[in-house]
Amino acid sequence: MALTPEWIAGRIKTAIPDADIEINDTTGTGDHFEARIVSATFAGVPMVRQHQAVYAPLKDVLATGELHALALKTYSPEQWANKKG
Amino acid sequence: MLPDTLKARFDEEIKTHPVVLYMKGNALFPRCGFSARALELLKPFGPVHTVDVLADESVREGIKQYSSWPTIPQIYIHGQFIGGSDIVGELASRGELEALIKKP
Repeated sequence: MALTPEWIAGRIKTAIPDADIEINDTTGTGDHFEARIVSATFAGVPMVRQHQAVYAPLKDVLATGELHALALKTYSPEQWANKKG
Repeated sequence: MLPDTLKARFDEEIKTHPVVLYMKGNALFPRCGFSARALELLKPFGPVHTVDVLADESVREGIKQYSSWPTIPQIYIHGQFIGGSDIVGELASRGELEALIKKP
């Protein structure tokens, strides 16, 4: 079964309820995605922990390979505001 | 569960080599775009010890448990888990990767 950006975003929301999420299917095949995620819970947290927090609710589909790749960019609201300039 | 022998192997590997990249394929023939990208980002700053996880299924599954990280590639610098290719890319674009590798 191919996954959808909405489904993945829903899963992430269960773990990070305040997350502002944008996800694209990079290949159109429902298994490679890229995501930009902004959450206040990321403030002051090392990037490796931020990405682990996003991967955690997707552990099962990553393990089966249904979700082959999820490229991540994670920001705190402040980092995101600076990024947008 | 991660077998003790495998854990001991990873402990030793990341202690012995300053930069370790667990990847799909090897340095000459990466077999995944994300692994290739991580390697290209790390290479300018010195030798990279690569481990082909496709060569051994127990290593492929074991390193995921060892790092609590569900995907390949995985990067260790001076014994510390850094993350996957996105994080290495971000560190490189911030100019922080070199300092991380070159620090004593």
